[in-house]
Amino acid sequence: MNALTALGEVLVLIGTFFYFLSALGLIRMPDVYNRMQTSTKSATLGSLGVIIGVGIWALGTDFGSAAWLTKTVVIAVFLLLTNPISAHALIRAAYKSGIPLWEGSVMDKYREHIEAKAKALEAAESETPEEGGEE
Amino acid sequence: MGEASKISRYLYTVIVLFLIWLLLTASLDPQELGFGLILSLIVAAFTYEIFSTGGLANLHPKRIAYAIAYVPYFLWAMIMANLDVAYRVLHPRRPIRPGIVHCKTVLKSDVGKLALANSITLTPGTITLDVDDENYFIHWIWVPDEAMTEEEGEHVKAASANITQPFEKFLKVIFG
Repeated sequence: MNALTALGEVLVLIGTFFYFLSALGLIRMPDVYNRMQTSTKSATLGSLGVIIGVGIWALGTDFGSAAWLTKTVVIAVFLLLTNPISAHALIRAAYKSGIPLWEGSVMDKYREHIEAKAKALEAAESETPEEGGEE
Repeated sequence: MGEASKISRYLYTVIVLFLIWLLLTASLDPQELGFGLILSLIVAAFTYEIFSTGGLANLHPKRIAYAIAYVPYFLWAMIMANLDVAYRVLHPRRPIRPGIVHCKTVLKSDVGKLALANSITLTPGTITLDVDDENYFIHWIWVPDEAMTEEEGEHVKAASANITQPFEKFLKVIFG
């Protein structure tokens, strides 16, 4: 029983360490995109560690039962399903609202893609009226 | 993947809901099981239309086996990437070389693309910025040398080999 308690404690400790890293990353990273990288992600492993850790920790105590672990696993799964969607929405909103990349960034293939697409659309639009005029 | 019959989709929803009920209650008391079954049947009747298009085909043993194998594989990849990002945060010189890269996927179904985008986002160091058909645009905290080439084809190949392909071999079987 004590091994379970110790394992749970270790997992919670690891989780809080990753929370700390997320907070540190928020301060150290240069732009919103890199801040997202450190904060949302480390927070995922941090939350996973704490949540699963609590489930295992509770198994080692007198009041604990298997229900603790299964419940925390369900919570962790839902967290894993929903967390990336909010991260994706945030970073896409940041990009669409025109926040520039850090000057040290090496490439931006997305801008190239959008520009190529807009150009193709323009070309298609400018062609149609001409054809209509000829008829 | 075409749309499965209504009954198959309904049963699939019932099974998934009942599994969640089992995990949340964690009890084999007949009263709890019965009530959970009734609730699953009722809730599934309202939600099966938006819940699934594949129906019971999703419960094919091969798919379940790959899905179970995917969990430790993915967790391991996530922990490794987490340590990598932790190193970049803690290093005094902050060794980052961020950029938005372009990947292509072989997955066809929408659910598979969603799962791939979510897996990429959950792996630290990469965030999916946008998905356009088979094109993924991913913000990467450290663009490696082999992806720095000017040539578009080689760039896509190198980036895909690093980001999407490790997940694709599992997701291809699970979601098609």
